[in-house]
Amino acid sequence: MIKLEFIYVLMGLMLAGVAIINVRDASNPRRYVNAAFWGIYALTFLAGSYLPDVVNGSLVIVMVLVASIGKLGQGFTPTTTHEERVASAKRWGNKLYIPVLLVPLCTLLGSMYLKGVMLNGAPLIEPKQITVIALGISTLIALIVGVLMLRPPVLAPLFESRRLMDSVGWAAVLPQSLAALGAVFAAAGVGQVIARLASDYLPLGTPLAAVAAYGVGMALFTIIMGNAFAAFPVMTAGIGLPLVVNQFGGDVVIVAAVGMLSGFCGTLMTPMAANFNIVPAALLELKDKYAVIKVQIPTGLILLLANITIMYLFAFKRT
Amino acid sequence: MLSLIGILIVVAGFALRLNPLLVVTVAGISTGLVSGRGPVEVVGLFGKAFIESRYVAIVWLVLPVIGMLERAGLKERAHETIGRIQAATAGRVLLAYLAIRQATAAMGLVSLGGHAQMVRPLVAPMAEGAAEHSFGTLDDETRATIRANAAAVDNIGVFFGEDIFIAIGSILLIKGFLEQNGIVVEPAQLARWAIPTAVCAFVVHGVRLMMLDRKLTRTSALARAATSDSSANS
Repeated sequence: MIKLEFIYVLMGLMLAGVAIINVRDASNPRRYVNAAFWGIYALTFLAGSYLPDVVNGSLVIVMVLVASIGKLGQGFTPTTTHEERVASAKRWGNKLYIPVLLVPLCTLLGSMYLKGVMLNGAPLIEPKQITVIALGISTLIALIVGVLMLRPPVLAPLFESRRLMDSVGWAAVLPQSLAALGAVFAAAGVGQVIARLASDYLPLGTPLAAVAAYGVGMALFTIIMGNAFAAFPVMTAGIGLPLVVNQFGGDVVIVAAVGMLSGFCGTLMTPMAANFNIVPAALLELKDKYAVIKVQIPTGLILLLANITIMYLFAFKRT
Repeated sequence: MLSLIGILIVVAGFALRLNPLLVVTVAGISTGLVSGRGPVEVVGLFGKAFIESRYVAIVWLVLPVIGMLERAGLKERAHETIGRIQAATAGRVLLAYLAIRQATAAMGLVSLGGHAQMVRPLVAPMAEGAAEHSFGTLDDETRATIRANAAAVDNIGVFFGEDIFIAIGSILLIKGFLEQNGIVVEPAQLARWAIPTAVCAFVVHGVRLMMLDRKLTRTSALARAATSDSSANS
């Protein structure tokens, strides 16, 4: 059976490669910092499942300190010139798109059709994690197709991933740290405290006020937690169900569905949703790490207003 | 109330533009400590959740592929492809991607997109290419604006498309949560009520993309006027 662990080993090997290239690169003044950062991150993939929690936690803390106090640098990657790229683009034409498109396509097909495939009585792929595993395998397929097609120098893909990982830098680890923060918040009961504060101090005497408080509450709590899924149970149990549905007779389907979408508006506006908002800024090499959020804020606010309006107009039966 | 200290640290840290990774870690450890847990337990809790969420990082595995193709001229090819379409502008390229992303997500095909898989290698270079075709070489600021918009379109498309599909995580979460509270609903009913917001999202963001085109035209006209002024003075 192919498990998530297999994909983690691939990931660990890639990161270890990135660390080794960094340590050997004299052109990067901070090569040891980079190597330590990616090396520890590689270790969490290769050995994380077997180490005790407290060791993993300590590794993460060291990694964070390395990145924040040591500061990551960027070395020189031997790559092709602009002219070589234009010539190569002419030569290969639309075939260059094949490996890129293979990634989403194989992920899709894999997650749809590999689910029921059995091998010696056991499922071929761990069923719960099928999309993530399919994505991992698809990148491997795309890499093999790309290498066979383009025949780059053997280590070129690894050197290129070093270039890209270094340009993404600490942002690569942020989504996981935020997930960890979310777990600590949940264990400490932060959500319940906020829901109680909201229902104690907000004026919720009319259906409109209750709907607005629920919608804005979903968005705000999502902004804090970075994740509408974390906000939904807390806010719906605190305001959505007791007030909008039970007290004012709102339609539970509409309230819940549009409530979740109000949370998504919050996701558009927060650095805490790092994998959607901060990581792409790093990936696209933007100087301002908040540039994507800044683009999204107007749309997020207008859609939040739209959601509150939709909920108010349709959730209550007019008599 | 003391457990809200983590939120305070996060807000203050982001406002002061400290390293987010450090801010988040400090917030997590502090929240754990004030909730009455020992340091070892808190570090363990933090480490366990970090390890359990490693799957969000799998997307980085695509970087060797993207990097290899970029060195073989993928971005240049995307420029070239889009340059052949006369009507293409940055805003229209992104509008088309928004429509595709929303429509495919509504069919449950969420994995047909993503920042590493689609935006960096294809969508952003195509939008930049379309702008270069209209305005010539772009300055860094314009390029950054277009890239940020490309990333935003991917998010908005998937967020306000996926909920129309009945078997997506958020719909199942709503259904499960309501069931725990003794209310049984059909996923299809929930999904139906994602449609009005999806339409609003397309219209609102579509209009904003058209405004982006107008802004790009205006700034490039200004830039051109400025260069012709300075050359006239010299």
